[in-house]
Amino acid sequence: MNRYPVWKYIVILITLVVAALYTLPNFFGEAPAVQVSAGKATTRVDGGTLSRVESALRSAGVTPQRLTLEGSSVWARFDTPDTQLKAKDAIERTLNPDAADPAHIVALNLVSRSPAWLAAINAKPMYLGLDLRGGVHFMLQVDMRTAITKRLDTLANDIRVALREKDVRHGGISREGNSIEIRARDAGTLEAARRVIADTQPDLQVEPTPGAEPRLVASFKPQALQKVQSEAVKQNITTLHNRVNELGVAEPVIQQQGADRVVVQLPGVQDTAKAKDILGRTATLEMRLVDESAEGRAAETGGAVPFGSEKFLERDGRPVIVKRQVILTGDSLTDAQPGFDQQTQQPKVDLTVDAKGGRVMRDVSRENLKKRMAIVLFEKGKGEVLTAPVIQAELGTRFQISGSMTVNEASDLALLLRAGSLAAPMEIIEERTIGPSLGADNIDKGFHSVMWGFLAIVVFMIAYYMLFGVFSAIALTVNLLLLVAILSMLQATLTLPGMAAVALTLGMAIDANVLINERIREELREGASPQAAIHAGYDRAWATILDSNVTSLIAGLALLAFGSGPVRGFAVVHCIGILTSMYSAVFFSRGLVNLWYGRQKKLKSVSIGTVWRPDTDKPLAAGG
Amino acid sequence: MEFFKIGRDIPFMRYARIFNIISVVTFLLAVVFLFTRGLHLSVEFTGGTVMEVAYSQPADLAQVRGTVAALGYGDVQVQNFGTARDVIIRLPVQQGKSSAQQSEQVLTALRAASPDVQLRRTEFVGPQVGDELARDGLYALAFVIVGIVIYLSMRFEWKYAVAGIIANLHDVVIILGFFALFQWEFSLSVLAAILAVLGYSVNESVVIFDRIRENFRRYRKMSTVEIINNSITANISRTIITHGSTQIMVLSMLLFGGETLHYFAVALTIGILFGIYSSVFVAAAIAMWLGIKREDLIKTGRKDGDPGDPNAGAMV
Repeated sequence: MNRYPVWKYIVILITLVVAALYTLPNFFGEAPAVQVSAGKATTRVDGGTLSRVESALRSAGVTPQRLTLEGSSVWARFDTPDTQLKAKDAIERTLNPDAADPAHIVALNLVSRSPAWLAAINAKPMYLGLDLRGGVHFMLQVDMRTAITKRLDTLANDIRVALREKDVRHGGISREGNSIEIRARDAGTLEAARRVIADTQPDLQVEPTPGAEPRLVASFKPQALQKVQSEAVKQNITTLHNRVNELGVAEPVIQQQGADRVVVQLPGVQDTAKAKDILGRTATLEMRLVDESAEGRAAETGGAVPFGSEKFLERDGRPVIVKRQVILTGDSLTDAQPGFDQQTQQPKVDLTVDAKGGRVMRDVSRENLKKRMAIVLFEKGKGEVLTAPVIQAELGTRFQISGSMTVNEASDLALLLRAGSLAAPMEIIEERTIGPSLGADNIDKGFHSVMWGFLAIVVFMIAYYMLFGVFSAIALTVNLLLLVAILSMLQATLTLPGMAAVALTLGMAIDANVLINERIREELREGASPQAAIHAGYDRAWATILDSNVTSLIAGLALLAFGSGPVRGFAVVHCIGILTSMYSAVFFSRGLVNLWYGRQKKLKSVSIGTVWRPDTDKPLAAGG
Repeated sequence: MEFFKIGRDIPFMRYARIFNIISVVTFLLAVVFLFTRGLHLSVEFTGGTVMEVAYSQPADLAQVRGTVAALGYGDVQVQNFGTARDVIIRLPVQQGKSSAQQSEQVLTALRAASPDVQLRRTEFVGPQVGDELARDGLYALAFVIVGIVIYLSMRFEWKYAVAGIIANLHDVVIILGFFALFQWEFSLSVLAAILAVLGYSVNESVVIFDRIRENFRRYRKMSTVEIINNSITANISRTIITHGSTQIMVLSMLLFGGETLHYFAVALTIGILFGIYSSVFVAAAIAMWLGIKREDLIKTGRKDGDPGDPNAGAMV
């Protein structure tokens, strides 16, 4: 009656082996490493970078323990911090010959010391949260209202142009809050304007407003509004990525949270002032005229740079002399998209600037026809000319850059142009900084809490329930093993509250074993044979265990759904722990008991501590 | 080993009225404290900045307070945190000044006063986030309550669900009462602890309800009160041992977990103690008064022909 079929033991065995494998990386500790990633939006890290790193290390006489390309960064692992530093210098010298303008981020990092075959099956140590490893956490809120009004300003201008082209004489166009108002003298003109807007602006819905003065009110369609918002967040994230790159952080996390928030986590960063400064910076893109005077031309080939101009390099290394006066900054640029020129079928980039920028652009372009305008991207305080096309016509809010570009170059350029600016301003609404010493302290505290509590429970269980206590203790150990294995597999973030959840979950998981053991004692007390008592004990306790775990799980899921930050870290571990505890405390511990006692046909007694019987023989239930 | 050598069922329900009066009084006291003293909400809920700094020597709090106050912050709290060398500084939200500037400014001033100061941690929460967290916390609480009531109604019957949830909400209010009375800091992790306790102590009620259902089936001649008494008595050793084990873990957190986990562990401790009490005495008693019966749980359909059934005569 207390036998498991062979397949159940096989399931248990497989689970244990898999859990052990995935828990293993946590024991190896971390080795010093150097991580190389792209330092600029224009740099790519690929197999070429890998071989350059390899040769740099070889010529410096440093042998890495392992050298790999993972995702978009190259990792070189070393045995001691000394070789790590030496290697970093060597790589830095090779990849970033110009120290003032590094193309790569060469960062010191730590990497798991686990052997290659573990990495090959994707077994990694648990991912530690910022409160355990130290670093900075920011939550930024994107100012959606500004994103929308900025976009509406552009559209209002477009409508103005479209109406002029179609010769519709409106009585004024203005943005009022979250909508655009178009006034006209009579109903006929209003209807004509409505038709033009409906044709040219698919994102807007237009409604006539009756009143003393006939007006059209155009506002975003709901889907379009959503698109504007999600694009604003996306663009801000791209921009943040570029800025974070300047900090040289090994593993930054930049994620969207909710509709309008961005979370930035910078592990290991201590200089928060600089981090905040760089994240909060506004424009990094500038449009300026190229100095095409004789002195300017001379300076391109090595002469002195004339007063009022600056020398920048183009991406291919050619120098360009650019006037200091800024026409527009990245703030004015609302969009940049790659596309194809309708007539020539050549790749191009469409640029859109806001209404104010459009006016400036019109004046400047009119006065400077057939002259070159440079678009300069500033990274790490150093300018780089992205492109310097010749102005072919008078420009407005929308214009294009075309000619001598491949499709890839066009999309790269569009990305770079967009990356230079924020779609909408952002505000830091949450900030956490954890020093590295505090992180290490927190790991110790969490670890000690779990360890001492665990040991105390194990000692008590064995003293109280004897052999069944040993089974319970083994089951609890398996529970911990499964929990750590699943956390490592999922790469869920482990935080200090998460470690508290590990402790609490283990403390609660023992409940299932206590229920079972007490039930078995009770059956024995009432005179059941040992085998029958074990059977009934597990059977009857199961319904109770299930019920009580479901109620705990409801609370865990609520925390997961509504919690944020530290609460979520707690909830993830709590929920996983409830599931693993059902497996280990019931299925696994029964397997142990069956293996030990199940074969003995004539079992006289079981080792479950004292089975105390009241001095009378009548059943307990008769009292009361 | 056996701690619980109980020969006869303990007549818990005879004292139900007394226990419930105690409960009601504690509950009302907790409510009074909540209203008169209010919760000492952490910066996560109120918004503001917290800085934890460490000195190499025991810190001079008056001097730190003076330095920070000199920067023009009106309502600054400066306290020791854990050890005499660690200091925690709480700054209110200031209009027109970003969090970044606040903490940098304070740190610079502290460095000027004493160069050995080291920043351990800063935390800034904008006021909009605080409101949201409070709202999400209430949502989570509502979700747990509704979820548990639905589940218990499905597994047992509505009377059990109502009894279970009343008993355990009374725990939650009492924990909050403690936090209000002693003005302990109520943070997000305390909220997590409270919700975890809610799920956990409902367990206790569920275990007893389960036994009540089983006993209804087994002992057909016993009255409801006897059944409840027997169920609680049969479970008492499991109750104490389970909660004891959980408490061992929580105690370990209280001892080794440091300041960050301190109030988390405190909330759990109160929750566990009152969880036992409320599930055993309050939940079962409410269920008794709501009039749980054998018929509610046992739907075998065979209602006639059982002479032992005290309600047999009620058949029409």
